[in-house]
Amino acid sequence: MPDAGAVPWTQLRWAVVLVLALDTATSTLVAGLARWSPDGAAEVLAERAVPSGNRHAELLTVAVTEVLADAGLSMADLDAVVTGLGPGPFTGLRVGVVTAAALADARDRPVVGVCSLDAIGSGARTVVTDARRKEVYWATYAADGTRADGPGVSLPEELAPAGPVVGDARFADRLGVPVTPAEVTTAGLLRAAAAQLADPAGLSASTRPTPVPLYLRRPDAVPPTSYKPVTTA
Amino acid sequence: MSEPLVLGFETSCDETGVGLVRGQTLLSDALATSMAEHERFGGVVPEIASRAHLEAMVPTVHRALAEAGVEASDVDAIAVTAGPGLTGALLVGLAAAKAYALALGKPLYGVNHLAAHVAVDELQHGRLAEPSMALLVSGGHSSLLLVPDLAQEVQSLGRTIDDAAGEAFDKVARVLGLPFPGGPPIDKAARAGNPHAIDFPRGLTGPRDAPYDFSFSGLKTAVARWVEARQRAGEPVPVADVAASFQEAVADVLTAKAVRACKDAGVDHLVLGGGVAANSRLRALAEERCAAAGIVLRVPSPRLCTDNGAMVAALGSRLVEAGVAPSAPDIGADSSLPIEVVTR
Ligand SMILES: [Zn+2]
Repeated sequence: MPDAGAVPWTQLRWAVVLVLALDTATSTLVAGLARWSPDGAAEVLAERAVPSGNRHAELLTVAVTEVLADAGLSMADLDAVVTGLGPGPFTGLRVGVVTAAALADARDRPVVGVCSLDAIGSGARTVVTDARRKEVYWATYAADGTRADGPGVSLPEELAPAGPVVGDARFADRLGVPVTPAEVTTAGLLRAAAAQLADPAGLSASTRPTPVPLYLRRPDAVPPTSYKPVTTA
Repeated sequence: MSEPLVLGFETSCDETGVGLVRGQTLLSDALATSMAEHERFGGVVPEIASRAHLEAMVPTVHRALAEAGVEASDVDAIAVTAGPGLTGALLVGLAAAKAYALALGKPLYGVNHLAAHVAVDELQHGRLAEPSMALLVSGGHSSLLLVPDLAQEVQSLGRTIDDAAGEAFDKVARVLGLPFPGGPPIDKAARAGNPHAIDFPRGLTGPRDAPYDFSFSGLKTAVARWVEARQRAGEPVPVADVAASFQEAVADVLTAKAVRACKDAGVDHLVLGGGVAANSRLRALAEERCAAAGIVLRVPSPRLCTDNGAMVAALGSRLVEAGVAPSAPDIGADSSLPIEVVTR
């Protein structure tokens, strides 16, 4: 539902726009509001980073409500939604992606998906996050911040990280190098989305598909043996 | 106030359902299914279902709104299945529903999937008699419920202690070389068979057994043993007779227990729901036995018996009408949500 007077998103190129950024690729959910301008500058107005474990579905919309309140804004003020597409544990990851897609759809605004690892740290680096099953998700970046390799999923022992390593410091021992702790940030998500936000014509209107998470792994195709919802306490 | 327009989301298993109702009037019932992707595994693979829900969600909402001829901003309330079901699948629908509720500024009701199976009948047959008995049978559940007040109070009288009835259909179909899901092909094969050809066991029907609980595991195993014995002996398997006799055993137990529960509780209305309620023999036997016992039987059309978004919207509409408080903003999904919790 376009609001009368709102900037049509196809004209984002020319305007400073209000962007909601979400990420649930790690155990810390991120919800942030930022003013983004076509020169690439992003002013973060409010941000919540909530250690939510596997409670992303419970806490994400609560965090969105909070950042809007912090910034004194409402859903009607949004011009675009940015979402991290992972890689990350699937169930939590989908919560962020479907939330972003639904919020954007309900407000008739574009949704932009980015690799979540792009939003961790800056400059030349290797980013690692917890992929469970004793593995890490990783990507490497050149000095100008562009992704050089990845995202991938590997055992830490099999990675030969290039440059400084940032991300989940619990893997330092198994990587054999120090890891500077770093997490997904609103500023990082906006930076990763800059090229897409600058090209609104690429975000086709009502037919835009829901961004697909970077799963990197196939589904475990084992049929459930005991799906029996219990009906008594 | 005019009747509320309610948008309902259902993603507890493999169907992405989004439906709209106004009061108790069905406006639309959009559905996407990943069933074909599960076929080769002989059962629903949760991760495949969850991925499909995510892709289908927004397009299915658009179809539901278009079919109903309304705008999202017209919606008065949103309802979503909060459980029971597959956790990863539930969370896609729950997160989507919470986002639409937030973006549209509307109240959200997280509801019980089983109660929604009962509520959907009101879209076709009008207001439920209260109390009613409800027999819900599908691949995920086999439950006997007493419904004094659909918006506030639903009681579990019995449930399966092992497999759901629909699971037994799937497993027997596999034994007989019939496709997945097993319900429709068994129903079809059974039409040419003799339901009394083989005396398969009726689980939990002894005098000391729990009167309203079900068990289909023993039946499933008995069918497999019977078929395997034939195969070992090099004899042909009479598929139609096996299908008919198996189906008869399932329908016999389900309807006998449902009618007994009605009599014991002094309830004279029975609602059938769930995918297995589409089974022709179950419907026929339920009609026969209910008529004999003076019970009014209500069965939604097969399309509404299986999981869909309209059933969730129908229950949501009931909750709005009853003035029940919406769910808290931090509501989550519960894969084993007890039936006593109609909304959370
Ligand atoms: Zn169901």
